[in-house]
Parts: sequence; C-alpha cells; structure tokens
Amino acid sequence: MKVTLKVWRQKDRNSPGELKSYQSPELSPNMSFLEMLDVVNEHLANQGEDPIAFDHDCREGICGTCSLVIDGKPHGPHKGIATCQTYMRSFKDGDEIVVEPFRAKPFPLIKDLVVDRKAFDRIQHAGGFISVRTGAAPDANAIPVPKENADLAMDAAQCIGCGACVAACKNASAMLFVSAKVSHLGLMPQGQPERYRRVKAMVNQMDAEGFGSCTVTGSCEAVCPKEISIDFIARMNRDYLVAILKGDPKAVRGGGAG
Amino acid sequence: MATLKSNIPSGPLSEKWEHHKFSSKLINPANKRKYKVIVVGAGLAGSSASATLAELGYEVHNFVFHDSPRRAHSVAAQGGINAAKNYQNDGDSVHRLFYDTIKGGDYRAREANVHRLAEVSVNIIDQCAAQGVPFAREYGGLLDNRSFGGAQVSRTFYARGQTGQQLLLGAYSALCRMIGNGGVKSYTHSEMLDLVVVDGHAKGIVVRDLQTGEITRHAADAVVLATGGYGNVFNLSTYARGSNATAILRAYRRGACFGNPCYTQIHPTCIPVSGDYQSKLTLMSESLRNDGRIWVPKKKEDCRKNPADIAEGDRDYYLERMYSAFGNLAPRDIASRAAKYVCDEGRGVGETGLGVYLDFGDSIKRLGEDKVRERYGNLFAMYHEITNEDAYKTPMRIYPAVHYTMGGLWVDYNLMSNLPGLFVLGEANFSDHGANRLGASALMQGLSDGYFVLPSTIATYLATVKPGARPSADSAAFTAAEKEVRAGIAAMVGSKGTRTPASFHKELGRIMWEHCGMARNKAGLEKGIARIAALREEYGKNLRVPGQENGWNQSIEQAGRVGDFIELGDLMCRDALMREESCGGHFREEYQYTAADSEVQQGLVNPGDVKRRDDEFAFVAAWEYAGAGKAPVLNKEPLVYEEVKMSTRSYK
Amino acid sequence: MNLLLQIWRSSLGKKYIMALSGAGLFLFVIGHLVGNLQFFLEPAAINRYGHFLKSTPEVLWPARLGLLALIGLHIVSALRLTAENKAARPEQYQAKVAPKDASLASRTMAMSGAIIASFIVYHLLHFTVQTPQVNFTGTDFDQLYEPNSGGADIYAMIVCGFSVWYVSLFYLISIGLLCTHLGHGVAAMFQSLGLRNHTWAPRIATGARVAAILIFLGYASIPVSVLLGRGKEYAKRIQSGVSPDKAGSAIKAAKGVEK
Repeated sequence: MKVTLKVWRQKDRNSPGELKSYQSPELSPNMSFLEMLDVVNEHLANQGEDPIAFDHDCREGICGTCSLVIDGKPHGPHKGIATCQTYMRSFKDGDEIVVEPFRAKPFPLIKDLVVDRKAFDRIQHAGGFISVRTGAAPDANAIPVPKENADLAMDAAQCIGCGACVAACKNASAMLFVSAKVSHLGLMPQGQPERYRRVKAMVNQMDAEGFGSCTVTGSCEAVCPKEISIDFIARMNRDYLVAILKGDPKAVRGGGAG
Repeated sequence: MATLKSNIPSGPLSEKWEHHKFSSKLINPANKRKYKVIVVGAGLAGSSASATLAELGYEVHNFVFHDSPRRAHSVAAQGGINAAKNYQNDGDSVHRLFYDTIKGGDYRAREANVHRLAEVSVNIIDQCAAQGVPFAREYGGLLDNRSFGGAQVSRTFYARGQTGQQLLLGAYSALCRMIGNGGVKSYTHSEMLDLVVVDGHAKGIVVRDLQTGEITRHAADAVVLATGGYGNVFNLSTYARGSNATAILRAYRRGACFGNPCYTQIHPTCIPVSGDYQSKLTLMSESLRNDGRIWVPKKKEDCRKNPADIAEGDRDYYLERMYSAFGNLAPRDIASRAAKYVCDEGRGVGETGLGVYLDFGDSIKRLGEDKVRERYGNLFAMYHEITNEDAYKTPMRIYPAVHYTMGGLWVDYNLMSNLPGLFVLGEANFSDHGANRLGASALMQGLSDGYFVLPSTIATYLATVKPGARPSADSAAFTAAEKEVRAGIAAMVGSKGTRTPASFHKELGRIMWEHCGMARNKAGLEKGIARIAALREEYGKNLRVPGQENGWNQSIEQAGRVGDFIELGDLMCRDALMREESCGGHFREEYQYTAADSEVQQGLVNPGDVKRRDDEFAFVAAWEYAGAGKAPVLNKEPLVYEEVKMSTRSYK
Repeated sequence: MNLLLQIWRSSLGKKYIMALSGAGLFLFVIGHLVGNLQFFLEPAAINRYGHFLKSTPEVLWPARLGLLALIGLHIVSALRLTAENKAARPEQYQAKVAPKDASLASRTMAMSGAIIASFIVYHLLHFTVQTPQVNFTGTDFDQLYEPNSGGADIYAMIVCGFSVWYVSLFYLISIGLLCTHLGHGVAAMFQSLGLRNHTWAPRIATGARVAAILIFLGYASIPVSVLLGRGKEYAKRIQSGVSPDKAGSAIKAAKGVEK
C-alpha cells in the first residue's frame, strides 16, 4: 500500500510552518505508524532532504513520548492506544493522512511534529508526590488500602503523560492529566496528609502554565491512550473546592529547639 | 592494566552489608551540600538515586536525553518486582531470594552483591508503598503477590501489567519533589557525550542540548551513570528506540572497565518479527507463562496448519516435557533456547517459521474467558493491535528477543567503577544478575542501587574528596573533552557518504543476532568480529547525516549512538569469544551437555543445556579500552563464593 | 477578600462561579416556567400572579437584582474563561475534524450562551419593559388592561405577543438553545462542583437531558398553543373592547402601579 502524507514542517519555533505533501514508498499494512514514518524518513534522507522530526521512544504505548495529531485526532483513529500502537492496516491504500503536532500554548513547538511538554513536569514538581524520604517508610502492609481504592488509583495512575488530552481539548485544557495525578495520590491513604495542599499547588501551576479550562466536552477521555475517565476531573474539582474553602494553613510561629 | 578491587566487606555473608554501612564514613550535613553529584539517567536507578542523594543534602544535577525524566524505559517493565517479604507464607526468605538469584545467574554474579540485593528488596516495597504506588491488593487491603518466571514462591509485587511504570512514576515523584524544592537541578533533552576524567578521577561530563545543539561542560565531585542497558546493539530488541549505550561506552573509552559485555538476556515471550521495516520487538509479559502453555507441533508438516486443527496428541509442550518441575515457568534463558531448538528443528510456526505457540485454551476452559481477560486483558489487546489476531480464540505466537543486558560497566561493592568518582547503577552496571537475570529482578536492582545502596556507599568516596576542591568546568580536561565532542559531531555532519545511521544499525543488528545471539560459536564470533570491523570502516567513510549541527537534529543523535553500538558490538563478540564456556544467557555451542554427561544421566539437566567451566571461567571479565583501533585488554576479577557452592543449575 | 481573589484567579474558581450562578439561573428557569404555565388556567390566574409580583417590589426587586447578578457572574466568568481557553490554543489544527466524542451542545456553549443573552434582552424589552417597537403587533402591551380589576392583562399580552409568528419562532429557537445549553450545563455543573462519580455520572447526564427537554416542552407549549388559537378571542376582546388610552392611564394613576 501507499499513502500520501500531509505533514506539518516547521524548522523551529520562530520560523513559519506549513503542511507539506509526501508520497510514501510502498508500505506494509503490518507496519506501525511510526515505522511508516521511519521508512519515509529513510527515503527523505537518501534523497538528501531533512527527515521529518517526530517524538518517539518505547514504541509500546507506555512511555508517553510519541504524540502526533493524525487526521485531526491525537494518537490516530483508534481508541485506547498511542500513535506508536497504531498500525497502517487502519488506513487504506491511497489515503491522504494529515499529520500535525500537538497544539497548545504551553506546549511550544520544537521542530516539525515535536513539541515541548515540560509544562507537565512543572505541574508535577509543584506537588505531584507524597513527601516521604527514602528509608522512612513503614512496612508496606502496615497501612491496608481498600482494593477498590487501589484499583481506582491505578486507573488514574496509568496516565502516561503524553498530552493527548491537551491536544484534543478545544480549550487545550490539562485537567485530565492533572486530575489523574491528583486522584491517584488522593485515593491512597498514604496521600491523605498532603491531599489538599497538593491539589491546590498542582492546579495553580496548571493555570500558571496557560492551559485552558474544562468545559466537559469529554474529548480528552475519548483520545486518552489509557482511557482515563473524566470522573477524575470531578474528583479534583471537589478536592480543590475543599482546599480553597479550607484556606491557607495558619502560619506557624518559629522557635528554636533549645 | 586496570586495578580491580571489589571491596567486598569481610565477615559472614548475611552481615556484610550491615557491617559495611556501619564502618563506612559519614559526611556531616554541613559538608554534604558542598558536594555536587551528577546523575545521568532517570530511570528507576537514576531518579531514585537523584532524589535520595538530594534528600541527604548533596547538590544533585540530573541529566536525561528525554523530554522528561518520566520517559525512561524502566517504564515499560510489565510483570513485577521481587521482594523477600514472605507475605504469602510460602517459605520465602532473604536467603531464598538470594539463592534463587545466584542460581538463576548461573553462578556468575558476585555473592555479596546479590545477598545485599535480597536484603534491601524488602525496604524497596515499603518505600514504594509509602510513595503511593498502587500495587495490586487483596480485598483485605493487603498486598497481593504472584509467582514469576524462575521462582517457586510468590514473591512478585505488581501493579497490573504496568509495574515498571508505577515504580518509575513513584521514583519520578520523589525526584519531582526534590526538583520542586531545589535539591535537584534537572536537565532534560540533555545527552551526555563524554566523561571528563581529572587526575584519574571522574569529575564531570560534556553534554549536548538536543533542542539547541549547544555543548556544555559540567563539573562535579562524583558522576553517577544510570543510563540503562545496551541491548539495542541488536537493533531489534524490546528496548525503547532511544535506549543507547553512549554514556557507558564513552566512560569505557575514558578508562572505565566494561564487565561481561557478552551477557545478554533473550526474553522468551516476544511477538515475532514480521518484516525488515520493523523497529521494535514487543514483549508480552512473562506473567503470561503462568497461565499459557507453550507448544509447537510434533510434526514439521503440521506447522502451517491452523493450530485448532492440530490434535492434542500431536502437540509438543516442550517446556513441560523437558523441565517438569518448572515447566512453562523455566528461567528465561532456558525457555528462549528451547524455543530456538524447536524452531531450528523446523517445527516453528507462523509465516517465518520463527515462532512458538503460547496457548491459553486450557486456562480459558479452566478459569473462563472473563478471568483470563481480567488478568491479561491489556496484553491480549496489545497482541491484537500488533498482529490483528485474537488470542482468546487462537494461540499467541511468540519468539525470543533481546531484552536485557546483564553486562555493563564494572563496579565494586560500592558501585564505583575502577575510575574513582564514577558510580554506575542499575542495568548500566554488570553486578547482580550474573549470566542471566530472573524475572522481576531488574526493577528490584534498579531501585536497590538508587534508593539504598549508592546513597550509602557514595560517602565512602566523597569522604576522601576535600569539600569545594572539585575542578572547574573550564579546566583543561574539560575544554579538551568538549573539543573532542565538537570535532566528533562536526565530522559526522560533514561526512558526505551515502548510508544513513539507520542502515548501519540494521546491519549491525543482523551481524549481532547471527553471530552473538542465542547461540554462539568460535567460528561465528570470529566472523562477527571481522564483519563488524568492516562495518566500522564503512561507517567511518560512508555515513550520511542530514541536517545541521545546531538545533534539533535526530540524525546526529542516531549517528553517534550507532557508532558507539558498533564499537560495543565488537567488544561483545570478543568477550563471547574469550568465554569458552556456556553460562546463563551466554551459550557457546561447543560447551553444552550431551547424553554422555553424568549430569544428564542423573537427570539433572537435558542434553543441550549450558555447561559451565567453573575451574577456568569463574571470573568477571572486565575489558579495558586500549585506544582507538587496538584490541581491548582483559582484566579478571575472580568470583569467590563463600556461602554457596557452585553447582549444576537444574530446573528439572 | 484574598479568598475571593483566589477563586477568581483560578480556572477552577471561575468554573465554580459558572456552576453556582448557572445553578441559580436553572432554578429561576424552572420557577419562571411554573409561573408561566398558569397560562393554561383561566386568564385571571396568571394575571393575579403578575399583579402579585408587581405589587410586592420588596420581593421583586431583590429577586431581579439577584438574577442580574447571577447572569452577570455567569457571563463575566464565561467571557474570562473563553478568553483564556482561546489563548491556550493560539494555532489551530488544519485537519477539519469535529473534536472527538464531544457533543455539539458541549462545543457550542459560548455561542448558545451569547444567543440566549441577546434573547433575554429582547424578552425583557418585549414583556417586562414592554417597548412597543419590539412586539410587532402595533399594540402597546402597556395598554392592555384586565376588564374586572383594571390591572395589566398579562394573559392578553402573552397571546398578543406570541400571535406574531416570527416572534414565536425566535422564542422557540431561543428556548431550544437554552435547553441545549442546560442539557450540557446542568451536567457540567455537577462535574465542576465535583458532585459526580462513575455511579452518578450517567444518571446526572440523563437527568440533565430529561430536565432540559421538559423545560423546552413547558416553555414551547405557550407560543405553540397561542399560534394554535388559544386565548385569541379573549385577547381580541381586551384589545378592542377596552378603550385603551384614557381609561388605562386613569386606572394606573389611581392605583399608583409602577411599571
């Protein structure tokens, strides 16, 4: 089979970009979408052209590095998988496929189809953790965790941090990502002490990064390669509301220890 | 010749680690912040080490080539992590985990390291649970366990089929906390391209910013490499496409010895290769072997038939037949090799004939499809996505693929290489798995090194360094290293050849798989070395790297990494050639059990099993770089077993 | 104050404002409907209701101001959020594909909101302020009096107002948009306030849709029944039977009813 690619080419953040057409060499339907891009890139390189820059790493749907908006949908036509798990058999011979980068102001473009998703990391730095030093942990079975909670926490924790939710949302909102993090830790008993502090810090950082807000369209959930539910957004909204109503903690008066 | 001092503490095996910790030097808190430590890599080992060192008060700088520390390939580990918790009351103990690991490694690991690993394993689970890792639970709220390849007890903790992801996110969250409070400075999209050695001590690195192409120098009091394994030498593997050996190979070129490079693990349950375009082999979790039965047709002529049409009596459940005690759960090297044998006999299935069936028919009958779906649903879905086949209806096809490298930079008990100040953690070092790694042990080792071992042992070295005495990043050694790096990149970009880095990588992979893969022999290895030499020469002359030096250019990254793989491939073949024995994942066809051996007659092993030669090869091969174009020098660290007796590894 | 500023500054805070003001407006829409449905009783019923409201300004005006505040908050936070959302994606996708799995209602909340807002302005001019220029009947609604009490005849006004087919059509379209807005908005309100989980999510979504449809049917029934002839005779009588000008102003002056 062969396809025509219309790929977003942009040298760097400050240069203008445009969609360019490429005719693929002969392809196998068993190729993954990224393998198809590899083949096209080899072809381009052999012709002395600059290969198409795209992000990828594990190629098994778990690292969250691959991105791409394929024919208007982040991670391609199928549900519950990432671009790297999309196979060419999902397309027909002669198809024209439009490939674009994830678009959002907090995801500045690096080159062609590669964007910078460090905004997600900064949200995590703000509070996406349980403060426990190495070595300070009690026995793992000292705190039982109801199976339902652990399972639900796992549903949220599966998030691979790819940013498809942002790419799909008409508001470029990162609520699904942030809520998955907040819910995962907020559902575990170990995460309770910092629950409200965490949600406040992470949501505020999310706002500071310039993501849009949630208008409950559900696009994020539909494209999420891990099918994370927007129920977690409701959970985060609730936690944040409680956090805001609780107000900032009372200042602790200083004092030396002897 | 390099000096290899293993620095294994004296005393009884089970007390060595406690004793060592007590006798190690401490650094007072005020001084700790004066020490700067560079950590390269942020997988399990790198992020746990960075976070813990920062918690202790060291100034930590972490470098990753990914866009985020959370992308490291530890994320892809599926099955689980071992720990000697004995929550199942099935007879597990630190000693049993230690023994299983030593035996699983075919008596080629360092006894003291492995015992320490088993001891620390229990702390890892505590630590991860406290971080909020959502491990699988029972209804009572306590942790669930499962059994995993090569173990007869249930000691594996897991989080669905995504244990590596969850543990990595746990370590990443600890790292985030320390980045957030300023303890760690994080550099992303930053690839280490050289190690800087000052007066024989590792004192810094040279880094390329992948976004801008900018080259920078970074000085520190110690450098920690946690950059993972080098299985991508084979091109096709279960590794991430970005996984590379550049950091450890460049440290090797600066004088760090490379330990046991030929020890590679071939994982038995991967999806078979389908074509030349393929970039990646996908692992199907070993946990599938708990409920799936592996078989091939007894008769060659049945191989093209629909598996449903092959009668039960015409199926050969070869692992159950050959290894009755472990059956389908036999260790990875054994299961992989057995698959190779049956395929070599012409009984392989699938289009290429390189595949065996992993059949869930019996389990579906026994447990019902729902239960199977609950346990392995995501894996079946993944299999369907890749092959377009429904494994609930027809057996999966699997074949072995390169999955892990037990070899790596040589380190002593303190995880320090022969270059003082250079520490190596996780898969990047050679230490704990001997010649074969057991399932669910890689996560254990990465976290053990990062959370518990290095943070304690690094003080032994730092205590010998005067605080504030580290060389400046502008000193001669640094500028010289930067110049070399720049020259290397300029040469690659300037070369006007006709072959892309990917084409070299593919060819290297074919050479390695053919000559240094699941079965090796003298003639093949010699041929492999010659073919790699020719490839290297062509790489020097005929490379084509499109694009420019500055800015985002993935071709530069790829070209540099492939060059390093070629050099490492050569080293692996040399090591495999030197090691005239079979052990674990290293199988030399010349050294295998035959029907004439007494062990076979006693029923301990099967003909074709690996045959060690403890009298001559009970040592760690630590290869030392001798300069460009020169053959590397072999150093030997004898393996001294105080507690365990080296014996024939039997899984029958 | 700091707390309010925090709420206003955070995206979630503004969503809470949207949700709570929306909830208030939703309740008003229901209350208003219940009042309006008295149209289906005898004319005196709804007229009595109208007189009651107008004669108790101490209830009417706080309610009106409260509603105005809710609308204000709803619109201002919507505008602010929309601006932020637009800014979050400066560059659009080239491939023309509807956002994945998002309902039309959810994607057009700002547009339906804007049309509803303009409708509200018209509706107020039409029936509350009773600006004669916008009712297209040639009758000043202000001049319709109930023969018995001499008070404003709301019943006749409704019949009169809706007997213009294009006014009714605009009314129906606007109510339709209001109900799509509500069908999504009410469910989203539960989501924004976090009052939703996987058990309740489908119930809330269905409930919101059912409520929206009932509200639409309720409101739509009035102009539809007018166009089908309900109250035609009565309204004619009121329009023609009473000598509008003097009598009207005389009674008004006597009663001191303010407009």
